[in-house]
Amino acid sequence: MSYDCIVVGAGHNGLVCATLLGRAGKKVLVVEAAEQVGGSAITREFHPGFRVSAGAHLFYAMPNSLLRDLKLEHYGLQWAARAMRTTVLQLDKGPLSLAVGVADEETPGLGGSEGLALASYQAKLQRFAKALVPMLAAIPPRLGTEDWSNRLKFLKLAWQVRKLGRHDMREFLRIIGMNVYDLLQENFSSSAVKGALAFDAVLGTNFGPRSPGSVLTLLHRMAGLQATGQNAIAQPQGGMGAVSEALAKAAQGAGVSIKTGLAVQKILVDQDRTSGVQLQSGEKIGAKSVISNADPKTTFLTLLGTEYLDTEFVRRVQHIRTQGLAAKIHLALNSAPCFTQISAESLAGRLIISPSMEYLEKAFNHSKYGEYSTAPAIEITVPTINDPALASRGHVLSGVVQYAPYALKGGWENQRQRFMETVIDTLEAYAPGLRKSIVGAELLTPVDIEREFRMTGGHWHHGELAFDQFMMVRPVPGAGQYRTPMPGLFLCGAGSHPGGGVAGLAGRNAALQVVAEDS
Amino acid sequence: MLSQTSVPHFQQPLLKTPFHERARALSQVDSFVAWSGYTTVDVFTTVEQEYFAIRNAATLYDLTPMVKYRIAGIDAIAYLNHLVTRDVTKLKPNRVMYCVWCNDAGHLIDDGTLFRLGSNEYRLCTADRQIDWLLASAIGFEVQITEVTDEIAALALQGPTSYAVLKALGLTDIGKLKPFELDSFLLTGVPVTISRTAFTGDLGYELWVSPDAALGVWDNLMAAGRSRGIRAVGSKALNIARLEAGFISPHVDFISAEHTVRVGTERSPLELGLGWLVDFDKGHFTGRRALLAEKVRGPKRQLVGLEIVGNKPAHNALLYSDVKGRALIGNVTSATWSPTLKRNIALAMIDAPYFSTGISLWAEIYLNRELQWQRRMSRAEVVLRPFYAPQRRRATPPADF
Repeated sequence: MSYDCIVVGAGHNGLVCATLLGRAGKKVLVVEAAEQVGGSAITREFHPGFRVSAGAHLFYAMPNSLLRDLKLEHYGLQWAARAMRTTVLQLDKGPLSLAVGVADEETPGLGGSEGLALASYQAKLQRFAKALVPMLAAIPPRLGTEDWSNRLKFLKLAWQVRKLGRHDMREFLRIIGMNVYDLLQENFSSSAVKGALAFDAVLGTNFGPRSPGSVLTLLHRMAGLQATGQNAIAQPQGGMGAVSEALAKAAQGAGVSIKTGLAVQKILVDQDRTSGVQLQSGEKIGAKSVISNADPKTTFLTLLGTEYLDTEFVRRVQHIRTQGLAAKIHLALNSAPCFTQISAESLAGRLIISPSMEYLEKAFNHSKYGEYSTAPAIEITVPTINDPALASRGHVLSGVVQYAPYALKGGWENQRQRFMETVIDTLEAYAPGLRKSIVGAELLTPVDIEREFRMTGGHWHHGELAFDQFMMVRPVPGAGQYRTPMPGLFLCGAGSHPGGGVAGLAGRNAALQVVAEDS
Repeated sequence: MLSQTSVPHFQQPLLKTPFHERARALSQVDSFVAWSGYTTVDVFTTVEQEYFAIRNAATLYDLTPMVKYRIAGIDAIAYLNHLVTRDVTKLKPNRVMYCVWCNDAGHLIDDGTLFRLGSNEYRLCTADRQIDWLLASAIGFEVQITEVTDEIAALALQGPTSYAVLKALGLTDIGKLKPFELDSFLLTGVPVTISRTAFTGDLGYELWVSPDAALGVWDNLMAAGRSRGIRAVGSKALNIARLEAGFISPHVDFISAEHTVRVGTERSPLELGLGWLVDFDKGHFTGRRALLAEKVRGPKRQLVGLEIVGNKPAHNALLYSDVKGRALIGNVTSATWSPTLKRNIALAMIDAPYFSTGISLWAEIYLNRELQWQRRMSRAEVVLRPFYAPQRRRATPPADF
């Protein structure tokens, strides 16, 4: 049996890519090592009777246009909640609630001038994020070619920025390389507002608020969010696994074959061209093109092998920063958590423990020295509020916890339990009585995330999102446009532009590139 | 054996080789130069005297500073085949191979000789230190790479009577050694690895010994070679010989792509006339895709041999397609008057399409006539390399001169 295209890995990007290739008339096979599709966008049981989105737990990055194009709602995707609010928890004062992506002058708990500052800041950053939206959606141009279509792409990028107008363009260029700490200091006095806004800049990155480039990651996230349209931050009915299931159905609807429980061992090469894959069982499947949803390090160093690659390229791949430092906490609760002074609407939204930028920076400090944060920052959702079916009895708390460095001094085996206690203690401070209601708990460190979701370093972007690993140099020069030095081998995962989050753009762009190469 | 004194090595500007004591004693003009962190001799007496010993007698040349790496492990063959452009699987044990390696863009990093010492053990001898590149190339391979430069004293015994010198020391089997072959011998009781390799394009051997035994080997060779005209030579005489043999020299005829700063000054093996070292059919190696594209495109320039009218060496000469010097087409990289051939020869990098054999062009030579500088346009012709290749270099057993 031979295919036009084999997609290695049925993560959301792999499924998006397969669907579009199938629609373009290709004979496509998706092989997935896990028993279920979805990569890290899956829903699974973590305690008897309690289900959770085991990896990504919120849907905030897939552009509405792509969502509609893939007809995911037609394929069964429903929403438990959309346009979810973000609330920053505070110990001494009442929580501060921010409507995401909306200039909100009347945010409760904010003084008038701070409210105005927030409105103007939000409006400004939204304009900048809007300029980034087409950059993130497009295939990045190549550097150093004489090709006019590439030059045109560069001009378009420049035009996006120039179009902001003289004043905004200057401001954009001033802040794009800055750190978010300095930016927020310029704009706000409330530490709660600053803590909340800084949190989004460092979520899922190896950055603290004072790390250079943290404005870029903030705008990257805001641009993704903006492209979602009215969905903003959403919770799929049935957890993130429902997105993957709808994607799989869309793929099958496009004639794609999906096989799970089949791990690829090698990408096969014949005459300096990709010729298919070899499964761990030894079975070989032929294909004209192989599109890898695996992270770049796994793809090049393990699946393809360095013997087919040049030394400088291999060295660059080896140097991709892939050490994750976000952990995942899953708690099975026998009752809804009682966060102090929290409204029902806020509890159904997204809760953040990041009371100030100093708190966040201190949490980050530990990770620089291979330690976990003693007072971690946490993004919390209680998915069972919007979607009670996830737990037969009781509630589920799902949290992204930072910072938990992949390369923890002394290793995670002996410290996982202690860190989990630290996380629960932190939560307990904001939700007294939480500990007593826990009937089951699971902590996924980056090492566990690496193992479960097969992503090097457990980094959910498959590689740090930073200026030197951004756009045309993501993941590395020589593989920046979803193509690789090996003819017939493509990348379609989060390691490629525009990075992680359940966005599907890397998958879509890779499909365009495969089709373009064939025609 | 890095230092023979109690001074820490980082406080010594240059290290002394195990042969230094003898070299110092024989040096008549006190002319030493730095080479890869060691001090070595460029002239002992006069260049002419030393050159003629290389072509007519036997010579000793200390090549200890040549950088040496031990490469071993189960993936050693796969690793080296990925590193260099030649097919290493064809290198049998106890054989030596000249090879080059390139970066991703197909630009030359260095050339060197690869010795296969065992089934999975190799020694790579290079002009420059390469550990960074060698280790980067080792990602994904089960291989150990160690620099062993200071663990091995290396001595070149070159010249037509070199075979007779070794035979006089009781190495009767040395006659069986073919060019590019190596073997282990006992030289007056001292274990020595001898390879029939040369940088002179003539009959010659290279001896690899423990630094402790270095002086003894030197003394024995000198004593045994007295009646065969043996003498120590420096790098200047050797440079004439290597140019006659048509060999390229790093830093002179090309600059490693790792060291170039200006765009366009890197060189590919195809440009250096080393296309015969590039095996596109052996599987992947670093630079293969770039070199294949260059081969299809055709090289932009090429290193060629030149024979120039007159007897003035065309050092650094600019080359023109016309006598008026309007159309610059290249430049000389190495030049010498060849005393054996009685020809004025050079290596030159020439732009396409002027590098074909037989093409005639003009060399702009500057002459210093007692501080009076003169410019001369001399006719030059692109000729085949090597300039000098005597039959005796390959004869096995060699003739007993």
